[in-house]
Parts: sequence; C-alpha cells; structure tokens
Amino acid sequence: MPDAGLNGALLTVKGLQAWYGESHILHGVDFDVRRGEVVTLLGRNGVGKTTTMKSIMGMVGRREGSIMFEGRQTISLPSNRIARLGIAICPEERGVFASLTVLENLLLPPKVRDGGFDLPHIYELFPNLKERQSSQGTKLSGGEQQMLAIGRILRTGASLLLLDEPTEGLAPVIVQQIGRTIARLKKAGLTILLVEQNFRFAQTVADRHYVMENGRVIDMIPNAELEANMSKLHAYLGV
Amino acid sequence: MSEVFGIPTQALFGQLLIGLINGSFYALLSLGLAVIFGLLNIINFAHGAQYMMGAFCAWFLLNKLGLSYWWALLLAPLIVGATGVVIERLMLSRLYKLDHLYGFLLTFGLALMIQGLFRHEFGSTGLPYSIPSALEGGQNLGFMFLPNYRAWVIVSSLIVCLGTWFMIEKTKLGSYLRAATENRELVQAFGINTPRMITLTYGFGVALAAFAGVMAAPIYSVSPLMGADLIIVVFAVVVIGGMGSIMGSIVTGFVLGLAEGLTKVFYPEASNVVIFVIMAIVLMIKPAGLFGAEK
Repeated sequence: MPDAGLNGALLTVKGLQAWYGESHILHGVDFDVRRGEVVTLLGRNGVGKTTTMKSIMGMVGRREGSIMFEGRQTISLPSNRIARLGIAICPEERGVFASLTVLENLLLPPKVRDGGFDLPHIYELFPNLKERQSSQGTKLSGGEQQMLAIGRILRTGASLLLLDEPTEGLAPVIVQQIGRTIARLKKAGLTILLVEQNFRFAQTVADRHYVMENGRVIDMIPNAELEANMSKLHAYLGV
Repeated sequence: MSEVFGIPTQALFGQLLIGLINGSFYALLSLGLAVIFGLLNIINFAHGAQYMMGAFCAWFLLNKLGLSYWWALLLAPLIVGATGVVIERLMLSRLYKLDHLYGFLLTFGLALMIQGLFRHEFGSTGLPYSIPSALEGGQNLGFMFLPNYRAWVIVSSLIVCLGTWFMIEKTKLGSYLRAATENRELVQAFGINTPRMITLTYGFGVALAAFAGVMAAPIYSVSPLMGADLIIVVFAVVVIGGMGSIMGSIVTGFVLGLAEGLTKVFYPEASNVVIFVIMAIVLMIKPAGLFGAEK
C-alpha cells in the first residue's frame, strides 16, 4: 500500500464500503489526498471510481468506513453538511440544470467559505460562459456545459474539488482548456480529486495516481514514475 | 337592452364573472398541486380536503376566537400549512423513493379521513360565513353589477398566483426549487438542505389551498365536502395545463373557468362536462398538457 501520508492529508479515506440498494460497490477503499495535490482515480469502467467520489460527497445512501476531511469524520454526514465543510463535486453527467439560465446555474451553489473565485474571474477562465450567461443551461455545447459545471463550484470557496471525468466526450481543444484550468486551480491552492479514463490526460495534470479494481484501491503511482510503470498500468486498465 | 349573439350582455358578463371566480379557485388550487408535484413528485389528493380545512379554519377563528376574515386570511394558511408540514415529515417523506402511486394513495386516504372526520363533527350541510363588512356591496359598471367581494377574490388570487410564479421563476430561492425539481441529490450536494426545502414546499402548497378555502368561505358555504367536488375539476385543470408547470396551471385555471362560464351562457347543459371534454381532447393531442414538457 502507498504511504498513508497522514501528515498534511486533506482527505483520508479508510476502509470505505458503499452500496447502491442491494449491490455492494466499494469493498474497502483506502487512499489520501494532501493539501494542494491533484490526485486521480484510474481504473476500468465499473470499478467504483464514481461511487468513491459520490461517497466522499455523501451522495450514496449506505456507506461505511472512514472519510476524514480536514481532520473531521464525514462518513455519516448528509451531503449538504459535507458541502458546507468545503467539498464540491462536478458530477460525471455534469448536472447542468435545464430550467435555469447559465448565470443562475453559476450562482446556484451557495458560498461555503471565503476565497472562492468571483464571477469575473470565472468568466476570465471560461469566456464562453459570459457570452451565453442568459441562455438556458442545457442549450450549451458539451464543452461549455463542462465549463459551467466546473465554474459554478469554483465560486463556493470549497477547498477540495471532486471532478468526475471532466474530459469525457469532449474535443481535444476543450480537453486542453480543461487541463490548463486544472493547472491554474492547483496554482491557486485548490486540492483536486479527479476521476479519469484518459490517463494520458491525467498524466499532464496530476501529482499521483491511484488505481482501482473491484471496489478497492490496488496501487498508487506517483506521476513521475508513470512512464516507468506503463506496462503495469496497461495491465491494470486493460488497454 | 343590448345583446351579444342573442344573449343579453347582463347575463353574458354575469356568467363570465362567475367563470373568473371559479377560475381564480382553479388557478390557486392547481398552482399548489403543480408546486407540490414538481418538487415532491407526489399527486396531492388531499388538496381538496386542505382547501376545506382552510375554510373551516376561518369559520373557527371567527366563531370561537372572534378573529375576522382578514386574520383568517393570514392565519388559516399558516395553521393548515403547518399540518401539511407534519404530514410531510411523518408520512410523505417515506414515500419519495417509491412510485407516484403510493403518494397518491396515501393522500387520497388522508383526504377521505379528514373529510369523514369533519362530516362526523359538522354534518354535510354547510355553515354560513359572511362577507367581511369592508367588502360588502358592489359597483355598477353600467353593463353589469360587480360585487366587491368577487372583485377582491379575482384580484387577490391573481396577485397570489403571479407572486408565486415570480418567486419560483425569478428569484434565488426559486432557482433552488427549480434545480431541486430536476436533480434533488445534486442540489443537496451543493450544500442546500433539500429535505427541509421539500417539507416547506409541501407546507406552502397546502397553505395555498387553505388560502383558497378562506377566500371561498363567504362565496360557497363552509362544508366538509366543498373540496371533494372541486378537486376533481382542479385535477382536470392540472392535466390540461401540464403537470408541474407553474404558469401553465395559472393560465389554464383562469381560462377554463371562463370557458365554463361561456358554456353556461351558450349551452348550459354542457357546462358541467366542458372541462372534461377539453381534457380528453388535450390528452389526445398533447398528452403532456398544454404547458407541460414531454419527458
């Protein structure tokens, strides 16, 4: 197992189990994320990456084990309380609201702490959103919806962002823009947990990678050692 | 005396006025149903009983506590809305993961129990409730006589309906509500206490029904089954307007009230069924309702 890294860990997940109805999805997930890091969860489809994200956010009905955020146990808190501690999610399906305008979507998540990005700052990161601020949320292109889904959680002042496959289905030029955005967020001191299928993309933004299989974390690879571990990674991901 | 299509204008405008009055109640009640259905996904069959409770609450406040109509207009929605909050917390909140049908059955059962209880206590003949003195009398508009109280009902229900529309469509609080209607889990994960929001929304929808009940008390007599008859028509209105559409339920409420009034003038035999005929036609042409979105 990787170094537990308890010193300086912003998020520590231990023995996390989660269920959707009757199906047992996570079987004891262990990993940690240090303050200011960008960490990815890699793995094939269905290994529990999204469920791990949703469990951290409190969006999975039944979960057991331990999730410590800034030294606080959050395993039994409802998701609105977890959000107030400073965690924000950009879900895989993006979750842009059709009955809200772009601006209303951006302003929807309440501020949970000081120090979030203000609106002009978000528009500077994603100029498209400014032009389309009075459009209906779901009238945006896929790339713009992804920017909106990321942009709106930057306002909240959350210190840990959970980004679930932000590059899925997007054109290469937009993937690059999202890569640059993640780099800027890291520079601004934010901590990011990223689920990615595309480890070539993950490699350009992340500090460390956790590999998941069958509802567990089975390996940790620092980004610097990714090239050296490429054959192992290929075996894990089955590519 | 002037006539339109062979109908005396006095009679025509008289029926249109009655249509607008009925439309005011249709609009207020279907609005409450739409708000509740949108967020809770529950077809609130107890709505008619809650409307009746509003009227009885006004009667109680006047006859037992000596509190006037104006106090009732404020207090009855709060009191009946509070009973809605209790119902949501104790019962409805357990049903959200299940099919629509369970909420429908539960609220239908509640409606029967509440109405049965009131009928047991008060019988089914109505109790009188008089028009507040400030709104007695009326205006002669030349072409018709307009009773003040009826004008008040139309204007105040329009104001309440449009105010509710504005709150939902144009304010920050409304944006939470609209977003939660689409994806409750995500809105909660942004830090909003959606369970509390759902409870209060149900309370608000019930309060709207009680408000309508107080408004109705001086027009129709206060009786245990006053809502049971009305709610069937209101459900037809909701189906025509489109389940869950806010503006749709307001516009459809008033328009169908008028349509009913006009039918009374031109072909009185059909006035009781015209709304259901319109409903059948709308369902065939646009099953999601005139203002509803196809899902």
